[in-house]
Amino acid sequence: MTELLLSFRLAFLVTAILLVSATPFAYWLAFTKWRAKFLIEAIVALPLVLPPTVLGFYLLIGMGPRGPLGRLWLALFGHTLAFTFIGLVIASVLYSLPFCIQPLVASFERLDPKLLDASRVLGASKWRTFRKIILPLSLPGVITAIVLTFAHTLGEFGVVLMVGGNLQGVTRTVSISIYDHVQSIEYAEANQLALTLLIISFVLLAFVYGMNRRAGLRWLSN
Amino acid sequence: MTELASAYEKQSGAKVNLTFGSSGNFFAQIQNGALFDIFFSADSNYPHKLGEASLIIPNSTYDYAIGRLVLWSRADAKVDFSKSGWNSLLDPGVQKIAIANPQHAPYGRAAVAALKSSGLYEKVKDKLIFGENISQAAQFVESGSAQIGILAMSLALSPPLRSGKYWEIPRRQYFPLIQSAVVLKRTEQKDLAVAFMEFVVSPAGTKILEDFGFEKPQSNVDRSPQRTKPF
Repeated sequence: MTELLLSFRLAFLVTAILLVSATPFAYWLAFTKWRAKFLIEAIVALPLVLPPTVLGFYLLIGMGPRGPLGRLWLALFGHTLAFTFIGLVIASVLYSLPFCIQPLVASFERLDPKLLDASRVLGASKWRTFRKIILPLSLPGVITAIVLTFAHTLGEFGVVLMVGGNLQGVTRTVSISIYDHVQSIEYAEANQLALTLLIISFVLLAFVYGMNRRAGLRWLSN
Repeated sequence: MTELASAYEKQSGAKVNLTFGSSGNFFAQIQNGALFDIFFSADSNYPHKLGEASLIIPNSTYDYAIGRLVLWSRADAKVDFSKSGWNSLLDPGVQKIAIANPQHAPYGRAAVAALKSSGLYEKVKDKLIFGENISQAAQFVESGSAQIGILAMSLALSPPLRSGKYWEIPRRQYFPLIQSAVVLKRTEQKDLAVAFMEFVVSPAGTKILEDFGFEKPQSNVDRSPQRTKPF
């Protein structure tokens, strides 16, 4: 149970951090006229290319006492980032970044530019346009970003395996725990945990998609 | 393993295909019909279980090596094993100690047993971090994120870690890490598989294993493999 809670805590935290930080970034990516934008888009997609354990390996090096991030953290807090919950959060944010950014950018880009122009012509600030026009119209994209980020972090294995150190209550997530059970030939325990994870995730995802549908209907009836 | 295979290839002209991975994963794969001829486990428990499930050729269990445990650190670490031995773990600079996961990795179980018999377990248990297997525990130390690892001698002697420092843990402080191999029932090359196994436990094969940091088992062919009990 500790493992399940830990995984959900990690997934919630990573989703929240990414949503807050990736939305302005996605906004910029969607609307910038900068010609080298494709380079940034390629970089954002890179975590998709590297196998999770490979990404995790480089994160372990980067978070270690000889890596830039690890050295900074060591100077600030007296310990390195590997084998800590915060380290796991940072690793997961990087790992799930494309899953948050790409749906957001896609839905921002699909917006009718005439609506945005109209809003601006009528004197609305950029922030007001974002809040009143862009965000409601992009709601399905936002929901997709939330769901993908959350699910991807929840099921994360390779990266956690590489930088976590398997500490109970700190870095032992549910996927690690299931793997440990399988390795110990405790298939019944593994099945039980996997089934619990699936059921909870299904209920949660169904709820979010259901909300999305209702929010969409409400928007149309306005 | 690579050395053993190429020595055998040179001697016999046969070709040995190696697949590397964790013993637990191979165990699950073999149970589900993986087409391997021989399974070299890092312990004797998985081969024993395969025997119980009648997935091996009868009497084909070979104890091919006994693992040795060492404390290992990077060359640039401040610890001095030759002076302090076990007590290096208590050095204030040692914040994290990496071991293999004792829940399923034999080397992890042996590490915990050794820590307990040295009387240090209670003092260092909050510093322990767990690798999925012994190689990952080594990675944690090699990358500098952990300061000391309780690793296999064979790893300490391997090229990536050879430059570090190690200290062998006295053998009486943990149970023997017997590693067994079995010929699998699905093999279509039983005679060749047995011939390779005989080579592995021959003086030539044993010499290679000893060079790589393993100990020679007292008797190679064990009809009733000991099971390494969880601590």
